[in-house]
Order: sequence, then structure tokens, then C-alpha cells
Amino acid sequence: MKKENEKKRGLSRQAKTNLVGYSFILPNIIGVCAFTLFPMLFSLIISFTDWDYTKGIGNWNFIGIKNFITMWSDEWFTSALANTLIFVVGVVPTTVFLAMVLAAVIDKFCYAKLPVRMALFMPYVSNVVAVAIVWVMMYSPWGPFTRMVVALGVENPPQWLGDTKWALPAIMLMTVWSGVGYAVMIYTSAIQGLPKDVYEAADIDGAGEVAKFFRLTIPFLSPTTFFLIITTLISSFQVFAPIQIMTRGGPGTATNVLVYYIYTSAFTFYKMGYASAISWVLFVFLFIVTMIQWHGQKKWVSY
Amino acid sequence: MNKTIGRRNLSKSMLRLFWTVVLGLLAVTMITPFIWMLSASMKMPLDVMKLPIEWIPKYFYPDNYLKVWNIAGKGARDYHFGVAYANSLKIACINVLGSVLTSTLAGYAFAKIKFTGRNVLFLFYLATMMIPSQVTLIPKFVMFNKMGLMGTHLTLILPGMITITGTFLMRQYFMQIPDELRESARVDGANEYMIWARIMVPIAKPSMASLAIVVFLWNWNSYLEPLVFLSNWRMYTIPLALTNFIEESVTEYNLVMAAASSALIPAFVVFLLGQKFLVKGLVSGAVKG
Repeated sequence: MKKENEKKRGLSRQAKTNLVGYSFILPNIIGVCAFTLFPMLFSLIISFTDWDYTKGIGNWNFIGIKNFITMWSDEWFTSALANTLIFVVGVVPTTVFLAMVLAAVIDKFCYAKLPVRMALFMPYVSNVVAVAIVWVMMYSPWGPFTRMVVALGVENPPQWLGDTKWALPAIMLMTVWSGVGYAVMIYTSAIQGLPKDVYEAADIDGAGEVAKFFRLTIPFLSPTTFFLIITTLISSFQVFAPIQIMTRGGPGTATNVLVYYIYTSAFTFYKMGYASAISWVLFVFLFIVTMIQWHGQKKWVSY
Repeated sequence: MNKTIGRRNLSKSMLRLFWTVVLGLLAVTMITPFIWMLSASMKMPLDVMKLPIEWIPKYFYPDNYLKVWNIAGKGARDYHFGVAYANSLKIACINVLGSVLTSTLAGYAFAKIKFTGRNVLFLFYLATMMIPSQVTLIPKFVMFNKMGLMGTHLTLILPGMITITGTFLMRQYFMQIPDELRESARVDGANEYMIWARIMVPIAKPSMASLAIVVFLWNWNSYLEPLVFLSNWRMYTIPLALTNFIEESVTEYNLVMAAASSALIPAFVVFLLGQKFLVKGLVSGAVKG
């Protein structure tokens, strides 16, 4: 009798709880549906069409997976994909490894830790457009970067951003510069949580600093390293602003990357179907990265 | 014995000093672009390109800033920097308020209210996080055109009021709040809305501050969306005003640098004031495990 009563009350209470719960998440759900879910479906549909925006909405033909096939013989696309992969492979390990060493050294051997960390972090909070503009000037023949290279003994420094060989590495260098401070901050907070007694035991055993770094610090930091590799991977795949401002994908196709090609295909040439198809290729790469993250979290997060 | 310890300490502090100098130099290298930017923004036009580089300008020329901002009729033309500044601040502030509110509401519900379908909805949420903004950009462009919103700030504000990452952050925070707090308030007759407003929001303030700062910086620095959705200088945000500025005065490097310096100030102020919260916001995403 008592139990039944509770059950009845429980049911009506559940309905009430539901209403309250839904009311809390309603604004969020509406937003996600309107600006992520619906656009996503729309994008998926038009990626199978030949839609040219100038022909108007609805004036498209379904062409199956033709977009996804022709792109592989489109030199602009293949170069964009290759450049994006080079960019990712160059930027991600450099940023993460450099940040790990810096964070460890700052934590261990440095007076005035805070100002040093702040200096490293400054580029990260800076407006990306302003930073890109400053670096265009840095790379100009009279800019500090070129002057430094000359001071180091190079007689004819290249026109960094105007040189097919150097343009992409130049932008990669700038990206490492602006991203390393973020990684240092994340590493620093992880280092402060490292178990001190293990290090003390290693000290007693007479382990050197380098040995401790490779044998203790790197393994202990592996979950943080993993997280940083994933986040840096995702943001590197999506690089756009520096390219658009510094080189516009040039010279030639030297710095043409996926997002820049999506942008120009869609908003310069209005090939909406084709551009959407490329955005789904980008999605596949990010999806693989995310899957590795979900899978790896279980494996690597506990040490 | 004492001597060796003393020597070890000495060599230890020498080592520290050595690394401090090395890292100090590195730190200076890192901020070189900023120093050079500031220095160039104070120079006469031709002095910018002078070699060797004059790090401290021989002739200070702060008029550059007056020209960029078109103060006291100094500018040869009006670059509408003030308008862009106001636009950027307006959009960033509205989106900060909106997204902190929606994230705190939804984060609390996902963490504490046991409504039917919560887990399924949350999984769906996790999934939408994977959709890169580039996939939704073209449909949003078409939608906003259809709705007649193209070129207005609503194109940035409507999607900007919701952040999936922020909802996660707030859920993560509310998960660690003990249920007893909520239970005892319920016994006292408070409903969920009262609990949220009177108990949860006050204790979540530090997390909300972290989220607010991260969202502010996202908005202040956002580039691709404004580039696609806005087309008129009256609506431009700072990043667009900057790129527009370069296109119009490409050779006046001193002015370009003054403009770039001006664009950095609000982000730096927010960073300096909210440094602790910003780092916490970035880290809480990292160590959630």
C-alpha cells in the first residue's frame, strides 16, 4: 500500500522533473538544433549536389558521390590536403614537445617564473589578425626576423612569405610561436600536481635531472601530452586566419590549406556543393582524431 | 661535509641563474614581435624600414594613433576604428552574457536533474561537439541570407549565445557539487529554479568567470565567421577593420602597427585582470580525464 503510493507520487514527480529539466536545457537545445544540427544535415545533403550559389536555392542536381571523386583529381584540393597534413605534422609535435621541455625547465630552474610564463602566453591571447599582420612585417626584408637571420650569417635570406619553399614553414613557425604558451600553461598545472615523493626517491638513488625528465616527468605527463596533442591537432587542421591574411594560399598553391580552399570554393567561386563535400573530408580527419581521443583516454589517462 | 653542501647549493643556484637567463632571453624573443610592433607604431613612416632597426624610435610620433582613430581631424580619412571597436565589444559582451547563462542552466540540468532521456541527450551533445564550424558555415550563410539577417550582428550573436564546450565545462563543475546541498534546499521547499539561482549560481561564480573570459577571447579573436557574414564597415568587428585597414593603407606600416596595437589592448586587459580564471578555464578542460 505504502509502496504503491510512493510509486504513484514518484511517477508524477518524474513528469514534473522532466518538465523542469527540459526547461533548463531548452535554450541550448534550440541553439544546437538551429545552428549545428540542421546546418549539418543541410551541408551533408548539398555535398551530394552540384549546387552553384548564383543559381539560387533549390536549383541543384543530385550527382551522387561525384564531388567526393572529382576532388582527388583537383590539384587545388590535393595540394590543400597535402599542405594541411604537412602543417599538422610540423606544428603539433614541435609545439607539444617544446612546451613540455619549457614547462619542466621553468618549473625546476627558474627565478621569476610568472613573468616568463606570461611572456610565453601573450601571443595566445592576442588577436590573430593583429598577430598575423605583425608577422608579415617581421618577415619583410627590413623586419626583425629577416635581420636576425642575416645577423646569424645568411647573406641572401629568402622572401619568406613570397617563396614557394619557405612560405608554409614561415606560417608554421608563427603558429608554434603563438600556440606554445597555451601548452606551457596546461603542462605547468599538471607538473604542479606530480607526486613529489617519487622524485625524492629518485634523488636518493642519485638520478640526474635529464634521467628524471625522461624516466619520470614524460611518463607522468602522458595524459596531459595526449590531451594537448589532440587539441593542437584539431586546431591545426582548421588553420585559416594566418593563411588568409599572410599569403592567401600562395605563392601558387604553397600555403593553400583545406579550410582556405573551402572558403574560396564557397565564397569566391560559390561552388557550395563542392565546398561542402570538402568540409566533410575535413570532418572525417577530425572524426578520426576524436575517435583516437575517446579510445585513448581510457588507455592513457591512468598512469 | 658542510663545505660540500655549501658548494652544491652554490652550483645549484648558479644553475638556476643560468636557466633563468636563458629562459629570460627566450621570453624576450617571444615578445619581440610585440615590442617591435609598439616601437614601429610610434615611428615616422620612413623610420620603420630603416636599418639597423631602431628599437627605440629616434623621433616619437604618437600622431599615428590619432590618425588611425581619426581623433581631432588628424586622419587623412576615417577608418572607422571606433565603430569596429564598439561592435566587437558589443558582440563579445552579449555573447559572454548569453553563453554563460545558457551554459550554466544546461550544465546544471545535465549534472543534477534526473530527467528522462538525459543520458541520450548528453551523448547527442557530445556528438555535436565533433562537427567543425567549417561544416556548418555554408548552411549558416544560406540560412542567414534567407532570413534576411546577412550583414547584421545577429549572424554572430544568435549562434554565439550557445557554446557546447561551455555547457560541458559547467556540467563538469556541477558534477562535483555534493547532492546534499540540493537535497537540503528541497526539504526547505525550494524548487529547482530557486536552487539554481540562489545556491548553484553563487558557488559556480569562479567557473562562470573562467568561461566568460574564454568566450570573450573567442569572440574578440573570431575571424572566419565575421569575414563571411559581414560586409559593411558599419558592422565590421576589429579583425575585419584591421584587414580592411591593411588593404587601404598597405604602405603606411607605422599606421598599420598602430592599428594592430590598438586591437590588442582589450584582450590584454581581460587577460591581465582575469589571468587566474583564464588559466583555470583552459586547464579544467584539460584535466577532466
